[in-house]
Amino acid sequence: MSRQKVSSWGRLSDAEHTVVPITSVEGAGAVLAATAPGIARGMERSYGDAALNPGGTLWDARSLNRFLAFDEETGILRCEPGVLLRDIQQTFSGRGWMLAVTPGTSVVTVAGAIANDVHGKNHATRGTFADHVQSITLVRTDGSVITCGPSLEREWFEATCGGLGLTGLIVEASIRLKRVPGPWLLAENIAYQSLAEFFTLSDESEAEFEHVVSWIDITTDGGRRGILSRANPTPSPHRPLPSNATVLGGVRGGPTVPFVPPFSLVNKATLPALNRAYYRMQRLSLGSSVVHYKPFFYPLDAIQEWNRAYGPRGFFQHQCVLPRSVGAEAVAEILGHVAASGQGSFLGVLKTMGDRSALGMLSYARPGVNLTIDFPNLGNSTLRLLTRLDSVVEQAGGRLYLAKDARMPVSLFQAGYPRWQEFLQYKDPGMSSEMSRRLLGS
Amino acid sequence: MSGIVSRVTGSKGSGSGSGASSRGNSGTWPTDVVVIGATSAIAEQCTRLWLEGGASTALLIGRDEARLAAIATDLGVRFPSAAVTTLVADLVSPASIASVVADFAGPGSAGAAAGAGLTVLVAHGSMTEQEVSQASLVEAASVLEVTGVSPSLWIEAAADTMTAGTIAVIGSVAGDRGRKKNYIYGAAKALIEAMAEGLQHRLAGSALRVVLVKPGPTATPMTASMPQKGLAPVEAVAGEIVAGVNAGRAVVYAPLKWMLIMGVVRNIPSPVFNKLDF
Repeated sequence: MSRQKVSSWGRLSDAEHTVVPITSVEGAGAVLAATAPGIARGMERSYGDAALNPGGTLWDARSLNRFLAFDEETGILRCEPGVLLRDIQQTFSGRGWMLAVTPGTSVVTVAGAIANDVHGKNHATRGTFADHVQSITLVRTDGSVITCGPSLEREWFEATCGGLGLTGLIVEASIRLKRVPGPWLLAENIAYQSLAEFFTLSDESEAEFEHVVSWIDITTDGGRRGILSRANPTPSPHRPLPSNATVLGGVRGGPTVPFVPPFSLVNKATLPALNRAYYRMQRLSLGSSVVHYKPFFYPLDAIQEWNRAYGPRGFFQHQCVLPRSVGAEAVAEILGHVAASGQGSFLGVLKTMGDRSALGMLSYARPGVNLTIDFPNLGNSTLRLLTRLDSVVEQAGGRLYLAKDARMPVSLFQAGYPRWQEFLQYKDPGMSSEMSRRLLGS
Repeated sequence: MSGIVSRVTGSKGSGSGSGASSRGNSGTWPTDVVVIGATSAIAEQCTRLWLEGGASTALLIGRDEARLAAIATDLGVRFPSAAVTTLVADLVSPASIASVVADFAGPGSAGAAAGAGLTVLVAHGSMTEQEVSQASLVEAASVLEVTGVSPSLWIEAAADTMTAGTIAVIGSVAGDRGRKKNYIYGAAKALIEAMAEGLQHRLAGSALRVVLVKPGPTATPMTASMPQKGLAPVEAVAGEIVAGVNAGRAVVYAPLKWMLIMGVVRNIPSPVFNKLDF
């Protein structure tokens, strides 16, 4: 074990933790018992404090990253918790299988994807990550072992999917991959000029395309322009795979933001230009093309450590889902608050969700419309803006994504996650994070 | 489907593996790899990369049967068309070393048939903490034997047996200059360095290449108890090693910055060096 400074993706804090490696499944129970309370860390891609425990224990099981079995007939993959989604996609996409659901970064662990019950651009047709999990094995801090799944210890399964790592340490999972014709997608970009246009376009697209997402220009006034991207898997037998960058390029990665600049590169002066440039660049590529899954699913994975661009004070991400009935007005209201504040964002994501609520007690995904906005941390003025956005979400009956949150008030959490009390029965008393103490009281 | 299959069927020993060509170096992508100390984190990552890049067989040699099996299972899922086998062996006894090397590389073996396509990586060692090995001659002897003498004997045996291919051994930047923080481990690694240099001299002009790998501090279970700042991710270190070994470079620092750092450290005059606390 060692004392280390650990930041999450938002880089809002850099507190000391005692990092305790978990290097074997057999030995996990004893290590947990001896070093609890604590919380498991994965790739630290949650933005706030879900996987932080300042001053306390952080269990690191990332070296448990082996595949255990794969059934070529059913597509069921059994693996250790530290396997990266990136490795699953790279290993199986050429063999006709991919993850059914993936978030916008592949640099997360399987355990992290379960603990945050992540969703992707195909929520409407495929639901969330948990919908494709067959079984999970947990080790608790009292040494007990629980195996749960959709038809086995169902309550434990619903508590663990989206359960922020608080029900026990995930030591193994079985997930069902999806048949694909290969690693290619037939993708199309379409520009829109208003929210009304977005909703019409999105509804039309959901009927015919598996993947639908849109980038919205947060800095323009008046018309809400953006680019909607939609795609379906496609066979492309005559196309060579992109150079074998997966072999060494994959581990060396692409360009990196090499250091933390003294101020946020995303700021009032640069934002309108950034957004304008991005919009124009995307407009140039309107229409259909065959693309590899990496740039389509994981555009930001191409720039390593992009979160550094927000400077030494870090950034907040406000991601909410709002019921569809009031979604259009609520989105407009949020964008109005953002415009009035003069604080903007480069990363604005607007997408409609499918009509099924996720199965986890604390899962984020639910029917409605999802809006995601990044804000450089400017201190109190940013916090005041976020509070105004919270009140829109609360009045609309929406919820904030826990994986992105660093500061939502308990009242908004309890309103957005009505099963929170039920969840407490399954929480391991020896598992505790900064977020669990803030929102669940322990 | 096409991607994986086409990569695994590169012709033997020709260096036509797509991984090698896309790297743009003159290296040979191995067809057969033999890894001694295969359960070390760096070795495991290197094996993954070699199989991903086109090697078709891997022989994993180590002490712990269960851990070898777990790694072989993982590789079997990743690369179903590759042949992965494991062998539990005594890594220290000279008789065991001689017989294992004869089996995988001697006349009539698969390794001999692979010719220039055979790469042998010797990766084992024991990172006992300096305080522990400094406090007990028995511990110190064990570190020197497991980390220094044994790997040296493996590369010696491989050099005596193989006629073509690549022998790579994991040394360490710790072997570049003795420091109070880790000189017993460092001395064992320095022993490997002199052995590798001597073999390079002896085999110059032959079809056999010897590569000395010097990783800097790497984030692995071996270093989990150290402060993690400055530790390189094991995937990145393995990527450098595989590229360097394929290219047949005499010395591979991974990451490369350690070549500069150790160049400075080696040249600090002793009166100054001995006042430094690092």
